[in-house]
Amino acid sequence: MSEFSLWDIVYNLLLAARWTVLLSLTAFVLGGIVGLLLLMVRTAGNPWVVRFVRGYVELFQGTPLLMQLFIVFFGLPLIGLDVSPWVAATFGLTLFTSAFLTEIWRGCVESVGRGQWEASASLGMNFTQQMRYIVLPQALRIAIPPTVGFSVQVVKGTAVASIIGFVELTKAGTMITNATYAPFTVYGCVAVMYFLICYPLSLFARHLEGKFRNVAR
Amino acid sequence: MSLVELHAIHKSFGALEVLKGIDLSIDEGQVIALIGKSGSGKSTLLRTINGLEAIDDGVIMVGGKKISERDTDLLALRLQVGMVFQQFNLFPHYTALENVMLSPQVVKKQSKPEAREIAEEMLTKVGLADKMMHYPDQLSGGQQQRVAIARALAMKPKVLLCDEVTSALDPELVNEVLAVVRQLAEEGMTLVMVTHEMRFAREVCDKLVFMHQGRIHETGDPEEVFANPKTPELSSFVGGLA
Repeated sequence: MSEFSLWDIVYNLLLAARWTVLLSLTAFVLGGIVGLLLLMVRTAGNPWVVRFVRGYVELFQGTPLLMQLFIVFFGLPLIGLDVSPWVAATFGLTLFTSAFLTEIWRGCVESVGRGQWEASASLGMNFTQQMRYIVLPQALRIAIPPTVGFSVQVVKGTAVASIIGFVELTKAGTMITNATYAPFTVYGCVAVMYFLICYPLSLFARHLEGKFRNVAR
Repeated sequence: MSLVELHAIHKSFGALEVLKGIDLSIDEGQVIALIGKSGSGKSTLLRTINGLEAIDDGVIMVGGKKISERDTDLLALRLQVGMVFQQFNLFPHYTALENVMLSPQVVKKQSKPEAREIAEEMLTKVGLADKMMHYPDQLSGGQQQRVAIARALAMKPKVLLCDEVTSALDPELVNEVLAVVRQLAEEGMTLVMVTHEMRFAREVCDKLVFMHQGRIHETGDPEEVFANPKTPELSSFVGGLA
């Protein structure tokens, strides 16, 4: 197996890492959008909607991501939707991300005091205006550090997509290992690459945490 | 015709009935003080007037129009009825000027220059022309409360509700806020205030409403009421303060 140099391994892993990044970004952005919508309808306060969102969050927080992906990947064909691993992984990770983000953000919205809601209501603002001008700007400041922190979980979560055959970093590692019989080297490189993606995010989250601490505006 | 009419207002928090049938009319230009012990329902009553507390029973009429629980009615009500809170409740992420400009722009859809002109006028009126670019946490409590008053006034309400506006202030900051309220009263603004500042109520208000156990117990001209309380409850309330 001498035709594989270390550079070959790294090069092929790098190609696959692009998919990890793309899958993370997609899941994070779509999950953020869905999470924001869930947050809005939940905050608006219809009791049935609140119950639904709470159940949704608990479902995704209370089951392994792997099971969620299996259910999406093997479940959607049962209702006639044949999905590629890419679509299944994106869909599953989006649901997973949205559940966690909506819960993180709910805490941030609730940390904006009742007085802010009352003052803006007394000035004649409707719910959307209150959210847009008063509550979300304050909540988002608090939300940025934990949100960036959670993005690390999403990146690492994408590894699970390898199980349903989506060729991202981990799956590529498995495939290269099968060809090179050098699992330690290959998975070592895989781990370093995950670290290189995640560590800057962690640093960034910590930096933001310091920056936004005790700053109201 | 009265500006605001409350008729048979009932309100409970769980099993606790805090308002047990309140009738009150507020005439244009009137300055009304709501007084009473804590727990007498005076703050709750004030909050029902602009719909921050939903009522269980009764009728609220503003400008002769009945207010229902529908959101559109509530928003219409709040355009007529401004409110200033004990804890100021300024928006911490906006400057004083932005705090005052926001609602005219967003709710009344005024242009930015228009809103700015009104905001500057109102902030000047409360003596904060030099603090417009400050954020709330750069202002003293008294200054924050004056910004809150300017913010409410910028919406040109017909009635301004003041919920213990000086209770959260250090003693030396009380007067600057009371001076602004007094000035508003002198200009003919219709005011309803929950207050513990009895001397101020006596000097500035033209109607005193004493609440006791969820009911309006006694009402009348402040001088008269303070000098000759008709009920033992008010008598002991006034006496307890002296």
